[in-house]
Formats: sequence, structure tokens, C-alpha cells
Amino acid sequence: MNSSRKRLLSLSADDKPILYAGLFVILILAVGTAYTLSTQGTATLLSPTYLLQQLQVGSFLGVVAAGMMLVILLGHIDLSVPWTIAAAAMMATTVGGPAAIPVGLGVGLLVGLVNGFGVAYLRIPSMIFTLGVNAVLRGLMVAHTGGFAPQTAATPLMQYLAVHKIGGIPVALLVWAAVSLAIVLLLNRTSLGRYIFAIGNKEAAAYLAGVATRRVIIIAFCLCGMLSGLAGTLLAGYSTKAYQGMGDAYLLPAIAAVVIGGTHILGGRGRYVGTLLGVILIVLLNSVLSIMQMPEAGRQVIYGSVIIFMLLVYGRGSKVTQ
Amino acid sequence: MSTESSRHVAMDNLKIRLQKNAALFTVIVVFLAFYAFYNANHPRGFSTAVYIQNANEVFALAMVAMAQTIPVLMGGLDLSVGAIMTLVNCLASHLLNGSPSQIALGMLLCVLAGTACGFLNGCVVVYGRIQPIIATLATGAIFMGIALFLRPTPGGDVDGDLAWALTNDLYEIAATYGFAENGEAAWFTAISWIPVPLVLLVAAAVLVWLPFARSVTGRSVYAIGSAEGAAYMSGLSIDRAKIAAFTLGGFFAGLGGLYLTLQTSSGNADIPQAGAYTLNSIAAVVIGGTSLLGGVGSAIGSIFGALVLRTISFNFRIFEIDPLLQPLFEGVVLLAAVSLGALAVVRVKNTLDLFR
Repeated sequence: MNSSRKRLLSLSADDKPILYAGLFVILILAVGTAYTLSTQGTATLLSPTYLLQQLQVGSFLGVVAAGMMLVILLGHIDLSVPWTIAAAAMMATTVGGPAAIPVGLGVGLLVGLVNGFGVAYLRIPSMIFTLGVNAVLRGLMVAHTGGFAPQTAATPLMQYLAVHKIGGIPVALLVWAAVSLAIVLLLNRTSLGRYIFAIGNKEAAAYLAGVATRRVIIIAFCLCGMLSGLAGTLLAGYSTKAYQGMGDAYLLPAIAAVVIGGTHILGGRGRYVGTLLGVILIVLLNSVLSIMQMPEAGRQVIYGSVIIFMLLVYGRGSKVTQ
Repeated sequence: MSTESSRHVAMDNLKIRLQKNAALFTVIVVFLAFYAFYNANHPRGFSTAVYIQNANEVFALAMVAMAQTIPVLMGGLDLSVGAIMTLVNCLASHLLNGSPSQIALGMLLCVLAGTACGFLNGCVVVYGRIQPIIATLATGAIFMGIALFLRPTPGGDVDGDLAWALTNDLYEIAATYGFAENGEAAWFTAISWIPVPLVLLVAAAVLVWLPFARSVTGRSVYAIGSAEGAAYMSGLSIDRAKIAAFTLGGFFAGLGGLYLTLQTSSGNADIPQAGAYTLNSIAAVVIGGTSLLGGVGSAIGSIFGALVLRTISFNFRIFEIDPLLQPLFEGVVLLAAVSLGALAVVRVKNTLDLFR
């Protein structure tokens, strides 16, 4: 009896970030609502329509963050996300027709394959290799489009997935939910998921235990690339076309969402629920700040301070002792 | 001890030194080759005007690359160097005018601001115990916010004489401020063609970087990058070295921002530009032979890394390559540079050696 109560009260290291991120989401909602009540006399922020609309916009970030989390769990990072998104969107709208979405996903898969090869086989630090791949993708797309937004438009199916609603629920949100379910199953119910955690903890140990670590790394980068590609096609559907730099606003928030959600930046530890909460936190923070008409300068400062504050609360490393 | 064995020791020492600096020699040779090629094909090549223009375009990136080197040597990464540079750039666009003493005070304040940003980074990393990548990602956003607050729209008021003198050759400095007979003195002609940014670059390397690298704190930075636990057990002051590393990084980034202000005569809180400088600084560090895993490399190499990066774009201008293809070339060069260094994995015999 006594011990079970103790277990209820004491949180494991993995649960703590989720609890705090959840509390912070509630805090943001409370502060935002207090603000709208005092200025407009309405609780806009709490209306289901508004929340669903925010989550619809957030689902693009959510899909990117899901892929990013897989790579961060390995102890790597994917900095090629911005131009993978843009390249997938541009190629999808260029091809058009029923092949548009498969082409978008295929571009992501291809980028993931290259990234995975460089990181797993050439052993180049992912930080620098994916950065180079990002630069090459940007170069390819500038050469392809002439540096302007391409004139091609998103297909009806892409627009349906990004904008349409089924019974009041945005389809984009359903796509995010499906991706989330797949990632949770992958991480918790498959051997591939366990291998990802094992490699993040110690790749040499995973290798000695018989895991084909290089293959796992390539698969994780491919999944991350495909999810970025998916986000790119959705985003093109949402704005009806692709444009230069459309993915730039997704890299740092995706990393921040994963880390705020309690995933260790050096890999091996983290839960998907945390990433989910991290995305919701960032989306709501952004929407509350725009309701308050906060200038860009203040937004940047608050954004940075929130990341540091959240990590100070639960993300601190251990002291070096040996 | 016979002379034979002492000669052996000397030979071994030389061998080790050569091995340690092989990457540095490579990047210097690559730079000299690229730059000679550029000058040979430039219609006004091998002339002071070309040197001045190139030195101006290199300086800020070289400073940011030096700033990036120190955290990387420690096995970390500083994603805020571009933001610190931009913050100082915006601050300097307010301060660099008025009487000579006001300008001097303004420059001092700018450098101090950069140093303080670096110190803050160090404190967050050491006392907050947050991973450098993510800590500097967050502080970078804060610095960018302050920069935007200082300069919501591009602009500024910078003393014209100072900007002119510091972005030209030594002759113009002497002529503007009236020493060495306004730059006409006989002894001065031998050096009067040297671009000022080049002098400043060498000064930063020789007067700041080399003494730091040879100090106990500097050696501690290398030791932390090689094996943090071992460095701790050897009694090195880990915390002090980490804070010093980030502080010195902030100092260099601040110098870069200060120079950028003189070069452009304005302040601009441009987020994409800050990001580009941060990313290019990492590229310059890697091309300069510093290992991203820490413990190996030097800021001198990073300067040459920055020179190589910039020389590549100089060459684009000469050959009038379609501007649309330039980003592709830059990306391919970066990817090729990092991949060439990775070919050593082919020679690794024990697979376990791959997992560091």
C-alpha cells in the first residue's frame, strides 16, 4: 500500500518532462485565455474550432517532429529537413496528377537514403553531412525553379489532405494522428524500435549484440526523410503551391519540440508522447504570442527562454565525475 | 644518451608535429591553389584593390569560424555565433559615431557585448548542464530577439572615416589619421599596400588565439574534447575551461559583427543571414581540419577554411557561372570536402573502432 503510493508520487526520469510539458501547455492556455478575457471579453483560445484550427497548422510540424525524433533517438540529427520539405513539395507539384504524393514521399526517401549512407557507412557526423545534403538540395531546387516559386499547383488530393475537414476534424490532423500511431507502434512494439533505442545508448554494444546497426540507421533516416516529404506535400496542399524556403521555419521548432518533450539530444532516451506535447506546446505558444500581437523581437526572446527554462527544469545532464 | 637516440627523438617529434598539422597544411595548400587560380584569371588580378575587396569579404566569416572552433574543439557546437555577430552588428550601428573617444568607447562596448553573450552561453552550458547544441539554439533565439529589438529595420549611423580606414589598405589608415607622414614615409611604402582586415586577422590569430591555445585553459579545452572524464580526473578545471571557451567564442563573433558594421555601414537583424553565417562557420571549421568529435584542430585551420569557402565563391564571379547553379556548386563542394575526410573509414580494420 505504502510502496504503491510512493510509486505513484515518484516520477521516472522519462515521465517528468511529459508532466511538466503538459502543465506548461495548460499554463499557456490559462495565460492566453486570461489575456483574451481581459481585452476582448471572450475565451477564443478555448473554443474547439480555434483549437482544431491551431492543431491543423501544427500537424505539419508534428509530422516533421515525429521523423526528427527517430533520428535524435539514434543520437544523430537531420539538418536537411528544410529543403527536403521544399524539394518534396516542388517535385510533387511539378509531377502533379495521381503520382504527386508518391513522388513527394519518394524524394524524402531518396534524401533519407543518402543521409543514412553518409552517416552509417562513411561515418560522417550527421550534423555536417545532413547540412551538406541540405545545401545540395537547395542548389538543385534553385537550379530547377530558377530561384522563384514554381508556377505549378498542388493536386486536389494534396489540398484535400491539408485543408479538408471530416465531421469538423481537419484531415491533416488525422494524418498526424495516423503517423503518431505508427511511430508509437514502431518504437514500442517492434524490434526495430528497440534497436533504435539501443543504438542511441551505445552503438558498439548494439553492434556486439548482433544488431545490424548501419541498416537501422539508414532505415531511421529514410523514415525521417519520408515524413519530411509528407509534410512538404501537405504544406504545398495547404498553401496550394510550393515556394522557396517553405521548410525553413520547421527545422528548429521540430528539434525544440523533440527536446522539450524529454528526448535526450544525445539519443537513447525519450517517449513519443513527450514529442506530441512538445509540438502542441510550441504551436500554442506561437498562437498565444500572435494573439498578444507580440513583435518578432519579443517572440524570439520568449521562444529561447522557454526552451532554456524547460530544460533547466528537467533536462539537465549529470555532472562529470569520472 | 647518445646523439643517435636523441636524433631519433627529434625525428619522432617532427613526425608527430607533421601528422598533427597535416590537415592544416592541406587546407593551406588548397587555399593557395584556389586563390592563385582566381588571381591568374582575374582581369585585375594580383593587385591591391582585389586583395582589399577579398580580405573585406572574408573577415567576418573568418571571425565567426574562429568563434565556432573553440566549442567544437571541446566536442560541442555553438549554434548562436551568427546571432551574436548580428547582435553586435546591430549594437555597433548605434554606437560607432561621435567624437573619437565616443567611437572608441562604442567599439569597446560592442566587443564586451559579444563577450558577454559568449559568457552567458558558457554559464547556461556549465551551470545549467544543458547540451551545448540545444543551449546555444535557445540563446541564439534570444540574441536574435535583442538584435531585432535594437534594429527592427536595417539602418544605422557609422563614422565614415573609421569605416573607410579600416576597410582599406594600411596607406588609407595612415592618410586618414595622419601618421607616417600621411602614409607617404619611405619606410611605410613597403607595407602600405597590405589590407587592414588582413592585419586584423593575423593580429586576432597571433595575439588572442595562440596565447589561449598555449595556456592551461586552452590545453584543458583540447583535453575535454579528447576525453572529458580523463580531463576531470587529471584535476583540470573543466567548468572554467568550458566557460572560457564559450566566452572567447563570443569575443570572436563580436569582432566579426563589429567589422561587418564597418563594412556595410549599417546594422541588419537578418535572421536568414545569421543562420547562413552559423552554418558556414561549421563548414569552415570542418574544412579547416577540426574534428567535430573534439580534441583535434585549431582556429588557424578554420581561418583557412573560411578563406577556401569564400575563394570558391570568388571564382564563381570570375567565370560568370550561372548564378542559379552557384548554390548547387557550394553544396557539392561542402559535401565533397567532408566526404573526402571520411575515406579513412575504408582503412579501419576493427569494426568496433568505428563506434566512437
